[in-house]
Amino acid sequence: MSHAKPLPHDAAALHVTGAARYVDDIPTPAGTLHIAFGLSEVAHGTLDALDLAQVHAAPGVIAVLTAADLPHANDVSPSAHDEPLLATDRVHYIGQPLFAVVATSHLAARRAARLGRAEITKAPAILTIDEALAAGSRFEEGPRIYTKGDAEAALAAAPRRLQGSMEIGGQEHFYLEGQAALALPCDNGDMIVHSSTQHPTEIQHKVAEALGTPMHSVRVEVRRMGGGFGGKESQGNALAVICAIAAQQTGKPCKMRYDRDDDMVITGKRHDFRIDYDVGFDDEGRICAVDFTQYARCGWAQDLSLPVADRAMLHADNAYAMPHVRITSHRLKTNTQSATAFRGFGGPQGMVGIERVMDHIAHSLSLDGAELRRRNYYPEMDSGTPPETTPYGQPVTDFVLRGLTQTLLDSADYDARRRKLAEWNAANPVIKRGLAFSPVKFGISFTLTHLNQAGALVHIYQDGSVHLNHGGTEMGQGLFQKCAQVAASRLGLPLEAIKITATDTAKVPNTSATAASSGTDLNGMAVAAACDTLRGRMAEHLADTHGGAATDITFAEGKVTIGDKVLTFAEAAQSAYGARISLSATGFYKTPDIAWDRIKGEGQPFFYFAYGAAVTEVAVDTLTGEYRILRADLLHDAGASLNPALDIGQVEGGYIQGAGWLTTEELVWNDEGRLTTHAPSTYKIPACSDRPEVFNVALWKGANPAQTIYRSKAVGEPPLMLGISALLALSDAVAACGSGYPALNAPATPEQVLSAITEVQGT
Amino acid sequence: MSKKTHITLKVNGKSEEFLAEPRELLIYTLRERLNITGPHIGCETSHCGACTVTVDGKSVKSCTMFAVQAEGAEITTIEGIGTPDSLHPLQEAFKEHHGLQCGYCTPGMITRAAKLLEENPAPSEEEIRFGMAGNICRCTGYQNIVKSIQAAAAEMNSSQSSSSEAVGHKTTEAAE
Repeated sequence: MSHAKPLPHDAAALHVTGAARYVDDIPTPAGTLHIAFGLSEVAHGTLDALDLAQVHAAPGVIAVLTAADLPHANDVSPSAHDEPLLATDRVHYIGQPLFAVVATSHLAARRAARLGRAEITKAPAILTIDEALAAGSRFEEGPRIYTKGDAEAALAAAPRRLQGSMEIGGQEHFYLEGQAALALPCDNGDMIVHSSTQHPTEIQHKVAEALGTPMHSVRVEVRRMGGGFGGKESQGNALAVICAIAAQQTGKPCKMRYDRDDDMVITGKRHDFRIDYDVGFDDEGRICAVDFTQYARCGWAQDLSLPVADRAMLHADNAYAMPHVRITSHRLKTNTQSATAFRGFGGPQGMVGIERVMDHIAHSLSLDGAELRRRNYYPEMDSGTPPETTPYGQPVTDFVLRGLTQTLLDSADYDARRRKLAEWNAANPVIKRGLAFSPVKFGISFTLTHLNQAGALVHIYQDGSVHLNHGGTEMGQGLFQKCAQVAASRLGLPLEAIKITATDTAKVPNTSATAASSGTDLNGMAVAAACDTLRGRMAEHLADTHGGAATDITFAEGKVTIGDKVLTFAEAAQSAYGARISLSATGFYKTPDIAWDRIKGEGQPFFYFAYGAAVTEVAVDTLTGEYRILRADLLHDAGASLNPALDIGQVEGGYIQGAGWLTTEELVWNDEGRLTTHAPSTYKIPACSDRPEVFNVALWKGANPAQTIYRSKAVGEPPLMLGISALLALSDAVAACGSGYPALNAPATPEQVLSAITEVQGT
Repeated sequence: MSKKTHITLKVNGKSEEFLAEPRELLIYTLRERLNITGPHIGCETSHCGACTVTVDGKSVKSCTMFAVQAEGAEITTIEGIGTPDSLHPLQEAFKEHHGLQCGYCTPGMITRAAKLLEENPAPSEEEIRFGMAGNICRCTGYQNIVKSIQAAAAEMNSSQSSSSEAVGHKTTEAAE
């Protein structure tokens, strides 16, 4: 059986030789044109006029397009139709595309785009959470509120109470491959689009709208992305649409890729949040009630902000059973990039909120953080204690964190290191160390229930080779390999017999974005369904031919066994073909047992939860605020892993990306609303030298009680939140500098840490 | 338009000769003029390392070097290090030890690692971590990249010490 093996990434041999093609590597036909956007230099105002004479006159320029030149829909929004491809009468942020230059080369287009002059009457720009609140600038009519029990009364009655507030910064995706698209015009007005996107169907949809054609006239193909992380769920729309429009108008293939600085200035990032909290607890640290107010800075357009903010609310409990909870969520509209999906999709921000509360309580009670967290955990699965419900009414029936935590704390030698660390800190006035534990419970499924569906298309050819296609996209996570492993297992074939093919809207229609960690859960099941259909047809035919029952026929190791008779898979396929049996099948899957009312905040939004936990140790230089991660121990629940090597890769990469978000990755906008951290020179992504000196990573052994593909669990997003332990370890180290609570904001850059040290030393 | 300059250079052992504007960057020469698309464009400001190539024995971010500066130079890209049928030990190790996910940084990463191992055939873990700090990977968390380089170094050193018997290199075991 092919599944459960730690096989390399399907394209590893291509990647290591530079032979794997991304959109920008696809050889283009002669005469291909290139596109660049001219961008707004003003955060908010009225667009009075565009002077594009110099742009038209620039070398290599073929055409210049403004909103007035767009023949049909001028909209690249994935949700609320509030995101014009090119600005019309108003501009909403610095970086908003105003016009598009079509030229003979990438550089000619970029150079010309700089020559445009926009006359904009400035209006006051709303940039911050406070400004948006003051102006009532928000999405939805008012805040969303989810409640369980009576938080107000329980807070008033609680033996102890703490309040606080925390700022949580956003995050740039920094997919190594920037956004890119290539549109090839075909006869009869049809269009083929190659896009670096997590959501081919949406690209197809938006391109069709913009061209004024039915979706059947547009075919979108995605072989791979050079990283996505949520940043290619909706942010590729603009490039694909402008390429298609320009291709339609010029009759030439058109291509666009954002320069990195443009990419960072134009596209949305992780939402930054402020979270206020008011928590009541007893002398043992058990939470009686918590009241959260979450403020999400959503930027200028709605994009995916509503479900992102919902998911932040849905993770405000993390791993803790709390009897009385109120969560209030404000979705604020600002004159900045439209914040978008980013690995975790709001969940990480909600989780940081409750982990901050835990940290604050532990400090106030002088209680170990791991112990405090365990006292508040949900009841363990199969422990005899009845499950408790989340603040949104879903019973937590698959909780494994009690066992997982004990295993991790033992393997990480937590207690002994905690003692040693206290000794170190007592003896060392300058370098302080910090140690922290944090758990993750992450809900799996799209909260928009209808998205939880997937399709697959599988062909068996006469020679027994298999063509595999499904609706998921490959961005490095290993989805293609996992689905191929599923197909190989179902058909009893070696993996080499399965040809993995590019995602293609003409093969599998109406796909959901490869997002919400759901890629393998959904597409793996669809692939299994298609393969089972084909195997069933072959078995029935062979039973008819050779006698016996179809159900007794086995498919294994490239052989088909019918009683005493053994055929190669190729012979079986040839025989089925000769008997006019269809060797092509689709497969379809929809996640069962989910239902969700996002307005009321009630229901069963998640099919199951994925779990994990981390212990991180840091050292902080108290004179400069600089720090290093000395050691990280991670234990993560991927269910019965389909591919432990790929899953461990997700866990390691997720942790580093999460730790980066909360430590060094700082986005800074100036008073005009200009993003000043628009390149890796000013935005600090973890480098090889930043990774923990000791990094122990393991998978929890346990099958998913929910009926997923081979009882595996989704693993894309959850490990990102293991990085929260790095922030908490910094808090622990700073707390060792004085008696006050550090109250670190995120990202806890060295400047933040130094200022917190000064603060706690003064108290 | 600027006056074009006559440039000759050697890429992966093959001589190339062309006229280019003085401002043409080496990464554009490689990717667009010579159709060598292994080196990728990541940041275009020499921070991410996706475009790393070797120029006259030095690791260079080809996005911030002019083609004219490479006049007469010998350049090696990922394509010159090995092919799918004949992988360099580093390529084999990155494949087998899962030193990649999306793969976009991989060509630059391996090209840099090859140079690192030339400079220092038996680097410590710390020397690898700091020697590779100019190449960003957003997916892996670097753990398996470091493992891959360690495995390749061990492989290369052992095949060197076992002298003439070693033809090619052994297949490494899958990690984990």
